[in-house]
Amino acid sequence: MKYTSQDFKSDQEVRWCPGCGDHAVLASVLRAMPEICEELNISKEQLVFVSGIGCSSRFPYYMNTYGFHGIHGRATALSTGIKVANPQLSVWQMTGDGDALAIGGNHFIHAIRRNIDINIILFNNRIYGLTKGQYSPTSKYGLVTKTSPYGTVEEPFIPGQLVLGARGTFFARSLDSELKLNQEIMLQAAKHKGTSVMEMLVNCVIFNDGTHLDISEKSVRADRTIVLRHGEPMIFGKERDKGIVLDGLNLKVVKLGENGVTEKDILVHDAHSDNIGIHSQLVNMRYPDFPVALGVIRDVEAKTYETEVHRQVADVAQKAKIKNMEQLLHSGATWSVK
Amino acid sequence: MEHKIIDTQEVVIRFTGDSGDGMQLTGTLFADASALYGNEISTFPDYPAEIRAPQGTVAGVSGFQVHIGQTEVKTPGDYCDVLVAMNPAALKANAKWAKPGASIIIDTDSFDEKNIEKAGFKTMDPIAELKLEDYHIIAAPITTLTKESLKDSGLDNKAIVRSKNMFTLGMCYFMFNRPLHFTEAYLEKKFAKKPQLIGPNKKVLNDGYNYAHNIHAIPNTYRIEPAKQASGEYRNISGNVATAWGLLAASEKSGRPLFCGSYPITPATVILEELAIHKELGAKTVQCEDEISGICTAIGAAYAGNLAVTTTSGPGLSLKSEALGLAMITELPLVIVDVQRSGPSTGIPTKTEQTDLNQALYGRNGECPIMVMAAKTPSDCFNAAFYAAKYALEHMMPVILLTEGYLGNGSEPWKIPSMDEFPAINPPIIKECEGKFKPFERDAVSFARKWALPGTPGLEHRVGGLEKSEAGAISSDPLVHQRMVAARAEKVARVANYIPDLEVMGKESGDVLIVGWGGTFGHLYTATKQLLDEGKSVGLAHFEYINPLPKNTADVFKKFKKIIVCELNSGHFVNYLRAKEPDFKYLQLNKVQGQPFVVHEIVEAVRAL
Repeated sequence: MKYTSQDFKSDQEVRWCPGCGDHAVLASVLRAMPEICEELNISKEQLVFVSGIGCSSRFPYYMNTYGFHGIHGRATALSTGIKVANPQLSVWQMTGDGDALAIGGNHFIHAIRRNIDINIILFNNRIYGLTKGQYSPTSKYGLVTKTSPYGTVEEPFIPGQLVLGARGTFFARSLDSELKLNQEIMLQAAKHKGTSVMEMLVNCVIFNDGTHLDISEKSVRADRTIVLRHGEPMIFGKERDKGIVLDGLNLKVVKLGENGVTEKDILVHDAHSDNIGIHSQLVNMRYPDFPVALGVIRDVEAKTYETEVHRQVADVAQKAKIKNMEQLLHSGATWSVK
Repeated sequence: MEHKIIDTQEVVIRFTGDSGDGMQLTGTLFADASALYGNEISTFPDYPAEIRAPQGTVAGVSGFQVHIGQTEVKTPGDYCDVLVAMNPAALKANAKWAKPGASIIIDTDSFDEKNIEKAGFKTMDPIAELKLEDYHIIAAPITTLTKESLKDSGLDNKAIVRSKNMFTLGMCYFMFNRPLHFTEAYLEKKFAKKPQLIGPNKKVLNDGYNYAHNIHAIPNTYRIEPAKQASGEYRNISGNVATAWGLLAASEKSGRPLFCGSYPITPATVILEELAIHKELGAKTVQCEDEISGICTAIGAAYAGNLAVTTTSGPGLSLKSEALGLAMITELPLVIVDVQRSGPSTGIPTKTEQTDLNQALYGRNGECPIMVMAAKTPSDCFNAAFYAAKYALEHMMPVILLTEGYLGNGSEPWKIPSMDEFPAINPPIIKECEGKFKPFERDAVSFARKWALPGTPGLEHRVGGLEKSEAGAISSDPLVHQRMVAARAEKVARVANYIPDLEVMGKESGDVLIVGWGGTFGHLYTATKQLLDEGKSVGLAHFEYINPLPKNTADVFKKFKKIIVCELNSGHFVNYLRAKEPDFKYLQLNKVQGQPFVVHEIVEAVRAL
């Protein structure tokens, strides 16, 4: 069956603030789903949207699919249970920087470590929105908020670093307004077997307006971000005149044509390399020294948790002498009383 | 000396030693052999929280009490007829549990200056210091004898010394005329992959038996004939294993695959371990990163259509509280097993208590009544787990099953039921509906909602922790909230229409009604029988269903002049009864020592009324 975006839209009124970056992510998901269903050969009733608590966690109500709006931080655990119970389902988890990285940090890293086949969209606006403006684990050092009136005194997480540290097999990053790129990433995440983490840099117009503006502003975006695609050279810039090379053990930005640099010198992105060295450097690139990496940074194959769980159950069941409860009850040491 | 065999009705034997002395195994083997022989048995492991507490100290003493009989045995016994003390610390910690004049077996090799000092004795004569001169002390150099027995075995010294528990077991088998072949068969199976250990273990067991026979230190041995049990096939089962099996049985009867999300915690871990074994029956276990993930993965699995379970103990239940509210408001079937232990906080993790009842009844934010059940005996955990799952699945709600460390670790012979004795389980799964699916629309009788499993076309819907209308739309309308709160509470209350009536054992009416719940059943039952034998007019009402209470509760209560509620906490159930059935005056007997009741103290309390 061929779907259109409209098929995935629920009848619920979308209640995010006007101008919130979450609207764009919702639009991206609605646009991506018809293609995802077609490519993966799944139907709408196999989709489950799961969330925790926070602005972005309202997401499941806006999808005309199965959905579970959980409790703060626990979306990853709910997703894990759903996927293990029924691996045929395509599980999409919507979570924020507070939900996934603060209260839910433990579940987040362990799901990634297990490599359970779920798709996590991490809405990173670097602030607590629903509780009205407190700093989050991704807020920049020194950010002034209601709970940090003199500025924060702690360094933020870089979500991609955390994902790689937890032995993540898929990490992508995008900007809320990059609808086409978002669709592309979501399709690749859907195809990836394992935990796919997509960090969406979203804007919170009310409490942290412009937090990503240094790289997302239209006039500078092309020069301050780089879209990575597997197999393509790492070239960026409005004029497509800049690239990334390996200088010793470190990445370096170079200008094509300067100092004899040609396209051949530019690194070609290998998302499928198991070596996390380069992926880690790409994840950590920060403006102004580097462009911020967007696109699928890492996409490697590994065993998935739910497949292993079901394989073991099937293997044991096949070899076991006990086939039902009655046999279990009478197994082992028993005795008869006449 | 002439050796006499004395027939006796019942005997209690307590094996104690250092945590590393293998007393849990020795006790278990004695219990299993007795059960296989046909005796009634009841066991009580009493061990420290540390895996290897400092050697030789009282803190490191591990004990295992076995009660065997040819008549009804419902408790592990108050005091023991035979105490085995492998070192001075064990003797010091356990002498108080020996009946006056009991036989006490000690390993004299361990009663040296160093160990006597470590155990905290003031003199070098522990027997005199503990005033045990009138007891029948069987002082045997068990370590030396074990070394002698195995000197040609080829085993190293460490392995040889470790076998001294088998020597002791052999001695006990002689004293109670137990056949050795059950334990020999066990050794053959256990060491099938290390056959070089079978011979030495059998030898030392037999040498212990013969030694006890030869030394004539034991004037008489005891014979406990097999009990007159109902005919059928029996097995020995512990409460934790029975709980796991009850859940597996419910999975089979409901056709819903079993999912268990849990985090290891004493004393509940064995349930997770047992379920992890039985993949052949389709059980999926996820050992989670924490207790919260345990319950949340289970809630996810419930949403996706599994029989979802999470198992824990007191502190873990605290961590699960918020998620319990989520299971309750989303109205998903979930079984939460709490194997209660001594608290608060970490408390005394390996000791038993009934101190989680208030938490189970009330420990959540908002209006959140949850069905609460409690298992009575180790084998009853099977039924309790089965019915907890049945009510959860058929009424679409979480059910808390309370067991206790005493039940989970304790074991008893169990007449194996047939699965035909158990009813079908029919969860209200919906496959299609006319018009738009309303997830929180209720059955008119049970008030259960329908279960639409993801993957079913046309029934897409959202659930979550926010208040909703019957149609599933988020709502903060004051009247919708009040209506939904009332409906969810009514659903739990209506389970009273499905659970069995409260039964009374002993007198149907009379002077004193003894009231209890959960794992105190064995002790209360034995005390009630004793009081009835004394001619007292007493009855016992033991609750398995706590929320809701059986419908005939007041009818039972009003037939007695006095009601005494006995529980291993400071009064959780009695206060609950005061709120639910306020027309009665309740007396109470409470104990919070991390130990089960002893029958004697219940009998005394009732006599004193």
